[in-house]
Amino acid sequence: MIDGFSNTTLSISNLKVAVGPHSVVDGVDIDIRKGEIVALVGESGSGKSLTALSAMGLLSGRVGQSGGEIKLNGQTINPQDEVEMGRLRGTRLSMIFQEPVASLNPLLSVGEQVAESLVVHGRATKAQAMERAVQMLADVGIPEPEKRAKQFAWELSGGMCQRVMIASALIAEPDLLIADEPTTALDVTVQAQILDLMRRLRDKTGTSILIITHDMGVVASIADRVCVMYGGRVVEQAEVHQLFKAPKHPYTKLLLTTIPKLTDAPKQDLYSIKGMVPDIADFPEGCRFRTRCPLADKQCVKTPPLQPRKTFDDGLVACWHSELTETLQ
Amino acid sequence: MMKLLKTLREAFFPKSAKGIPVGVFVAIVAVLVLVAILAPLLAPVGPNTQNLMGRLKPPGTVARGTMFILGSDELGRDLLSRLIYGARVSLSVAFLSVVLSGCLGTVLGMAAGYKRGWVETIIMRVVDIFLSIPAILLAIITVAVLGPGFINVILVLALTRWPRYARVAYGQTLAVANMPYVRLSKAMGASWIRILGLHILPNIIAALSVVATLEFGLMVLFEAGLSFLGLGVQPPMASWGAMLSVGRNYVSNAWWIATFPGICLFLLVLSVNLIGDRLSEYLNPKSR
Ligand SMILES: Nc1ncnc2c1ncn2[C@@H]1O[C@H](COP(=O)(O)OP(=O)(O)OP(=O)(O)O)[C@@H](O)[C@H]1O
Ligand code: SF4
Ligand SMILES: [Mg+2]
Repeated sequence: MIDGFSNTTLSISNLKVAVGPHSVVDGVDIDIRKGEIVALVGESGSGKSLTALSAMGLLSGRVGQSGGEIKLNGQTINPQDEVEMGRLRGTRLSMIFQEPVASLNPLLSVGEQVAESLVVHGRATKAQAMERAVQMLADVGIPEPEKRAKQFAWELSGGMCQRVMIASALIAEPDLLIADEPTTALDVTVQAQILDLMRRLRDKTGTSILIITHDMGVVASIADRVCVMYGGRVVEQAEVHQLFKAPKHPYTKLLLTTIPKLTDAPKQDLYSIKGMVPDIADFPEGCRFRTRCPLADKQCVKTPPLQPRKTFDDGLVACWHSELTETLQ
Repeated sequence: MMKLLKTLREAFFPKSAKGIPVGVFVAIVAVLVLVAILAPLLAPVGPNTQNLMGRLKPPGTVARGTMFILGSDELGRDLLSRLIYGARVSLSVAFLSVVLSGCLGTVLGMAAGYKRGWVETIIMRVVDIFLSIPAILLAIITVAVLGPGFINVILVLALTRWPRYARVAYGQTLAVANMPYVRLSKAMGASWIRILGLHILPNIIAALSVVATLEFGLMVLFEAGLSFLGLGVQPPMASWGAMLSVGRNYVSNAWWIATFPGICLFLLVLSVNLIGDRLSEYLNPKSR
């Protein structure tokens, strides 16, 4: 955007995704700068995965992109164009998912799958690709990579499989890695290792990362910038420290209070936001959060625009009463 | 037909069939296949060599210096030689029709399951229509249109049997296409051809091989049935079904003509079916 195209790896503007007649993603804007790690957070069903899948052109079935523009390094791409996307996927854009073990084909060796994108795009001969795959396995911290390359997914732990996925996603040195809840299925120690690995690889290669999560702990430990989604819209977006220090959207504020603190009594229930995310069909007119928002009033019947956060020069918020958010407890 | 086989099997091997090692059945099929392949070496004389002096001779008769080990038929042809050459016809019709219908059904089923949309609608509706018509009736009608003969029987069986594979391939493809590893592969830029060939086919081939095995037994019977009705391979070509058909006219005075091909058919179909059953149990331990 403002930084000029060369500095923005992925730019999503006014993205709309429809499931039948309903807009489940409703005008989302996200910019990811070069080498930046952006976290996309929000409760289940807020449209995080669909946003990411649209950028990859991987929407299918009844779900389809119904509007918006996506630019990769300043150039508009058409996610519906299978030929164009086929060229970009695995080379400039790649994506990893939540289920690390199930994401690997049980009938193919780990090495073959890490080498996949090189082979698919004819970037290397099979032998060269396998050699690179072994190297890549070493880079993602897998001991005895040569032996592991010949093993199968079911012979590895979940954490190992996630490392393998990261290796396969990064082997072709893409501009952007999208990671959809990459650590949700892993235990806390392994989770920390994987996040650390992703950050180190970013530092080394300059790959931009879009990480999807609903865990504020993950956000705190890896992200540079955060986009908060609710009901298919971005409600707040800011640099990570500023967001944590001064959330401006009531939803963000409430989301942050759901993080358990070390000082909390062990069995105390986590604070969770009152009510449920409404069904797609039942989102209210105007601000979609207003059925659950403690600050909601008449004005909220109109949709609040995404505006600059007042106290900071970085970040945007979509709320009519953002100046009152800090009064929430 | 499958039901009849099950009943027969239970009648002949009451419960104990499960106790017989599957190797026995594999061996029976292997021997029959070998016999078919080596027919010219094994057969005492040609399948169509007539000996009008030695017509309808019972097993063990010596006529003009040759012994009819299993007897001779109404034209004095050696029954053993005809059985051996008949194995060729019966097995190759079954094999080729399974291969053809299997390929056709698999490709169409995978296309329907992966592409979805109108491709799915058209293919699966055709499958439904085919599967709602009794199979042997469909085969008889088709052969009546195409005309009988070795090649035509294979074509007819291939054209009428592919929906069985298509349905299985379709269901399995639907399941595998939603696996996370297929999604990951797409995210790595794999084309749909690569995904179908590398991820989906290898994962559904096991289920298809069970269908193919069971179908093989059925195809042997279909060929026999068509030939029995005179719609299959044409005289003088020997096939077990055709031999049964002729033998039927002589059951009262030359029992051997129909009996031996019958036994061969019975053994082959039984063995193939039991192998198929074991295979599916082995591949899907939850099924029992
Ligand atoms: N294939 C689909 N068909 C119909 N509705 C869908 C489909 N995929 C997603 N949705 C709906 O779209 C909405 C957004 O889904 P999405 O998967 O993007 O949520 P998410 O933020 O990733 O949630 P989670 O944290 O559970 O992964 C949800 O309400 C979901 O029910
Ligand atoms: S716009 Fe109104 S309803 Fe929406 S978050 Fe702000 S105060 Fe709450
Ligand atoms: Mg999701």
